[in-house]
Amino acid sequence: MSNVVLLALTGLGLGALYFLIASGLSLIFGLADVLNFAHGLFLAVGAYGTWWSSAHLGFAFVPAVVFGVVAGTVVAVLVEVLLIRPLYTRTIEQVLVTVGLSLAGVALLQATFGADPLNFPKPAWAGETTRILGAIVPNDRFLLIGAAAVVLVAIQVFLRRTRFGLIVRAGVEDRTMVTALGINVRTAFTLVFAIGGAAAALAGALAGVYFGNVSPGQGTSLLIFAFIVVVIGGMGSVTGSAVSAVLVGLVQQFTSFYAAAGVGEASVVLLLAVVLLTRPGGLAGRAT
Amino acid sequence: MIRTAVVERAVTVDDIRPRPDPARRRMVRRAVPVAVFALLAILPFSTLDLPALLPGVVNSPGSLQLLAICLVFAGLAATYDLLFGHTGLLSFGHALYIALGSYTVNIAVTKFGLSLPAALLLAVLVGLVVPTLLGAVALRVNGIAFSMVTLAMAQVGSIVVMSDPGRLTGGEEGLSLTPSALPGFLSGVANTANLYWLALGYLILVLAVIGWAVNSEPGRVWQAIRENELRVSVLGLPSYHFRLLSFVVASFLAMLGGVVHLFLVGGSSPQITTSNFTLAFLVMVVLGGTGSRWGATLGGVLYTYLDHRLAALGTSDAVASLPAVLRAPLSEPLFVLGVLFIVMVYFMPGGLTSLAARLRRK
Repeated sequence: MSNVVLLALTGLGLGALYFLIASGLSLIFGLADVLNFAHGLFLAVGAYGTWWSSAHLGFAFVPAVVFGVVAGTVVAVLVEVLLIRPLYTRTIEQVLVTVGLSLAGVALLQATFGADPLNFPKPAWAGETTRILGAIVPNDRFLLIGAAAVVLVAIQVFLRRTRFGLIVRAGVEDRTMVTALGINVRTAFTLVFAIGGAAAALAGALAGVYFGNVSPGQGTSLLIFAFIVVVIGGMGSVTGSAVSAVLVGLVQQFTSFYAAAGVGEASVVLLLAVVLLTRPGGLAGRAT
Repeated sequence: MIRTAVVERAVTVDDIRPRPDPARRRMVRRAVPVAVFALLAILPFSTLDLPALLPGVVNSPGSLQLLAICLVFAGLAATYDLLFGHTGLLSFGHALYIALGSYTVNIAVTKFGLSLPAALLLAVLVGLVVPTLLGAVALRVNGIAFSMVTLAMAQVGSIVVMSDPGRLTGGEEGLSLTPSALPGFLSGVANTANLYWLALGYLILVLAVIGWAVNSEPGRVWQAIRENELRVSVLGLPSYHFRLLSFVVASFLAMLGGVVHLFLVGGSSPQITTSNFTLAFLVMVVLGGTGSRWGATLGGVLYTYLDHRLAALGTSDAVASLPAVLRAPLSEPLFVLGVLFIVMVYFMPGGLTSLAARLRRK
């Protein structure tokens, strides 16, 4: 029983990380049709920003995370304005540019901070544990789940209650129609990149807490699972991403615990195959 | 019926202006590759010294090894272009099939003690069955979803290799090929020239197969799928089957390249299973020019050469004397290549081959 509780909470924690990355990916993909490979870079900037401000500026944990998130957001906005926007309507080139960015960006991080993992500043309370139903659960799991829940609610409020959210939702449905109505979708693009970048950077900082270190390659492996989450959830749907992130996190944790290591990842892909064969549009998606 | 239906394109300036005699053009177009390959084939006899470009004289083992790796990657890039450039399938999991070739033969020979011909036969079997099964699932979806599914499949391959099941793959250490597995003429530093010719042979084989395939009837349908898949379906052609065919052919050729790569570097490293490895081929193809096997070949050679030489440059004295702000990024080949790639996407959308076409027009 205690194992099940611990695995469930750890799986939810992992799912929370996936959701933070996937929400931005999904929105960007839904609106701009850009499969954003640079998302892993935003994540890494968040993680290294948090680490750097803590190690070199002496920031406490929360200000350090804020610093990392702001850095990630700024990078995301710059990427959108300087690199993505000039290639408006040339979707495939936009994807290629983000591929180039992800290669160059990770290499630059490696050149600056070294290839070895750096110890991450973990606040003392996140390292402690709480007993729940007999399970000894590290507190950082609650931090991850809480952060993802807050982000989910915030994104939903933004999408449902604000004017920009309305434009983003409409743009995800049918970008051509929104443009034809005379609404400037480009501002929405920048906004979506900013939101996605912020969420990814937060994921980077929290991944640092979860894994205890940061390394240049960390973003890439998380990004691949976030891609899977986006496909399973249905492209462009934030709710779908949330559901599928939880599903993927739980499946991965339980199968890697009860079967051999590596089976967890394989079962996630099996899940992906099953979803695609039964619902090609993903859990929340329309048929494509 | 296929031909008349799909081959139509807008009339361009090239069509209406006078051009040289078509027969002569065709001859030149055929003669140039033959001349280039003939030149490449006699390189191992050359003792030319290009100090800045190559690590030693041309026929030194170090230089030949570098050139051979460039040729193998050129061939692999061409197989990637068959998917991406010719059929419009943006796969992010091509590395899986290259790794499949390398690891299948290596494990069969090194761990199970199979003879080389038996191992090769096994690789051929695996190289046909696995892409057919995985492609059949991945191609259920289109566009970016297909990219992500192939990425996910390749990622599983990578994780399996890393986790070293049954101590077969060697995990992060990789797996060296038992030296006794290779026939005498392919083993040892003294025989680098033979490996070089093997790599050249692989490249020629790939280019010949692709050249033949894209001009065949399925090849025309692939092109039509790339341009407008809906139209192909409306014509009543099963586009799914044609896409699967393209996927299997490209993956099988990539698997063969993995085997040549194994012989060349004497082992399998988990590096060749990563998503970055696949992305490198995307970069090569775009650098050279998509939809053109010569472009992909050129991009593959250029990328591989830069990747290896930039790594050497990063540790050289000239770079070491630079201030840290410049030195650190320059010592990372991927940084230089990534930036070069972005610049190319912006300023030369058709890649290097479009540059040639643009110059010719002037």
